Amino acid sequence: MSEVGTDANPLRVAIIGAGPSGFYVADHLFRQRDFSVAIDMFDRLPTPFGLVRAGVAPDHQKIKSVTKVFDGIALRPQFRFYGNVEFGTHITLADLRKYYHQICYTTGAQSDRRLGIPGEDLQGSHPATEFVAWYNGHPDFRDCQFDLSQERVAVVGIGNVAVDVARILCRTPDELVKTDIADYALEALSRSQVKEVYLLGRRGPAQAAFTTPECKELGELADAYVMTLPEEVELDDLSRAALDHSPDQATIKKIEILQEYASRKPMGKSRQLALRFLVSPTELFGDEAGQVVKMRVVRNVLYATEAGTLRPQSTDQFETLPVGLVFRSVGYHGLPLPGVPFNEKWGVIVNRKGRVVNTDTQQPVAGEYTAGWIKRGPTGVIGTNKPDAAETVACMLADAAEDLILHAAQPEADALEALVRKRQPDCFTYADWQRLDELEVARGEAVGRPRVKFTSVKDMLAALGR
Amino acid sequence: MKVRTILATKGTKVITIHPEQSLEEAARLMAEHNIGALVVVDEAGHPVGIVSERDIVRAVAKGILSGLVSQLMTKDVIIGLPQDDLISVAHTMTEKRFRHLPIMEHGALVGIVSIRDVVESQRDQYQGEIDTLQTQIIADDA
Ligand SMILES: Cc1cc2nc3c(=O)[nH]c(=O)nc-3n(C[C@H](O)[C@H](O)[C@H](O)COP(=O)(O)OP(=O)(O)OC[C@H]3O[C@@H](n4cnc5c(N)ncnc54)[C@H](O)[C@@H]3O)c2cc1C
Ligand SMILES: NC(=O)c1ccc[n+]([C@@H]2O[C@H](COP(=O)([O-])OP(=O)(O)OC[C@H]3O[C@@H](n4cnc5c(N)ncnc54)[C@H](OP(=O)(O)O)[C@@H]3O)[C@@H](O)[C@H]2O)c1
Repeated sequence: MSEVGTDANPLRVAIIGAGPSGFYVADHLFRQRDFSVAIDMFDRLPTPFGLVRAGVAPDHQKIKSVTKVFDGIALRPQFRFYGNVEFGTHITLADLRKYYHQICYTTGAQSDRRLGIPGEDLQGSHPATEFVAWYNGHPDFRDCQFDLSQERVAVVGIGNVAVDVARILCRTPDELVKTDIADYALEALSRSQVKEVYLLGRRGPAQAAFTTPECKELGELADAYVMTLPEEVELDDLSRAALDHSPDQATIKKIEILQEYASRKPMGKSRQLALRFLVSPTELFGDEAGQVVKMRVVRNVLYATEAGTLRPQSTDQFETLPVGLVFRSVGYHGLPLPGVPFNEKWGVIVNRKGRVVNTDTQQPVAGEYTAGWIKRGPTGVIGTNKPDAAETVACMLADAAEDLILHAAQPEADALEALVRKRQPDCFTYADWQRLDELEVARGEAVGRPRVKFTSVKDMLAALGR
Repeated sequence: MKVRTILATKGTKVITIHPEQSLEEAARLMAEHNIGALVVVDEAGHPVGIVSERDIVRAVAKGILSGLVSQLMTKDVIIGLPQDDLISVAHTMTEKRFRHLPIMEHGALVGIVSIRDVVESQRDQYQGEIDTLQTQIIADDA
């Protein structure tokens, strides 16, 4: 057989997961000149783009335009998309080893971290991941129920996801109708009785994980006023000293904004969003029916670790919040893939710079790579996955140059195609997705919205006449 | 961003040495693994110090060629946690002038991060924000 990486016998790469990191891996592979590559990208959903479609908040439409760049990559002749095809269900590692020289896992973080407090699983306490997937029309979550007849809601965590959740809860129907939020979510949120939202941070304002523009946006909501407590946004000595030593401008600005929120007045708005700091939930309490009715929180003070991080330490002061709905937004968590070495604690594939590593021998597993959230953990914005993917692709190319690749028995494009169609007759190509995309946008245009999403696989198939 | 993010792609294997091993063995281990520091552990695997290439250079400069690790290691070694914030770690490392931070979780060594890892990680974080904007600009032009 001829050398791998030529036009006649291209380096065949399978990418598992069509989120930003999958597309950035494909992009870097197409940009290099040393090898001719052919890429097949798989996703368990019929639709591509991962969290750009199912995570990024619907009221942040602008950022979603990055998908146009991904379209450009997908339209390359040596690229194929297989949607509705799940690794572990429709195709396995053993299959892929037959058809590809290299495999790259970019499956993101599909689950959530837990708080580990009593009452966490009461009715009315949900991971924010589910709420986010629900309002964005992710097919697996469209049937979730959230009791929006509750007047008081707590969101635990103060990362950008928690801010997204709080903001969506505070938006008016008029604000939401301009977005591509799932239509059932638009309807449910339009009937929402929510009056008060608490956003709960366990550390102080200087350690808040949300970014400054997201913080500022909370002050610009049409019908919700944002407030902080003066004593909670005043910096403690340790935070003050840390900031004096490394005066990060974005953090300084964020603190100024949060301090300004302490002096705001309700101004006749119908909802209140309270940003609370230095409090940790310790227990959720339910009524006889097992429905959350209140949350106990403890006040924290900060102490410095040996390495200088300011961490929360609980005091003996407690407070009770009368909330009937709780969203736990303390981070996403990756799930293992069958046959792929996994670090359960951190929820990442075991890897070195993107090369999958055997847990026992600590040696790289030939031909297997990873990028994105499943490689480094659930942090970073869309673009963070670009340098991350570049690091992985550098390893892939270096290994290919040394012939450290899988010796695929059947590296033929058609053979794989036949297998996928046999295992998953309902698979979606990129052309199928583009047709769905057009239909969604057209459905949106008809009602003055950016798009109206299809939210079940059945509806997507039906829309394509299948 | 936290220390955990660095360890996720760096691996959790830590090259260690015992206090009674020789300076030469330390140098050999560093060369073999292409690293700048070794965590010195006792019988129980608990860190008791850290020895860096600088310590070795200094020893050799003083004419000590056959010392023990225990004689040149830094004893009061600062230990980090996977949940430490990178921004604080960066500050502490520059302030206290050390380049390697062993990381422990639940009493076990789970990694070591160097000042270079920290700086590169912070650079990637800023780069990520730039790359998001850049991807968006390319998209808007398309
Ligand atoms: C709620 C939320 C809002 C965000 N908002 C922003 C924002 O406004 N701006 C910004 O820049 N960043 C934002 N981010 C961050 C950004 O979305 C992530 O950095 C990025 O999506 C991570 O990319 P990824 O490809 O690693 O994972 P993902 O985007 O999660 O993609 C993983 C893909 O793999 C697929 N998959 C999983 N398992 C399998 C399997 N077994 N077989 C086949 N396919 C599989 C999934 O269906 C998914 O499509 C947000 C993140 C979240 C959670
Ligand atoms: N608009 C945007 O650009 C956008 C939108 C959404 C998401 N994103 C990105 O996506 C990534 C993931 O976001 P995320 O919000 O899920 O994660 P995150 O930024 O890591 O925030 C997690 C939050 O949960 C808190 N937390 C963790 N464990 C806790 C506990 N046991 N009790 C109380 N609080 C706890 C953390 O506090 P500590 O800091 O104290 O640990 C932190 O405030 C981030 O990089 C984010 O920037 C970006």
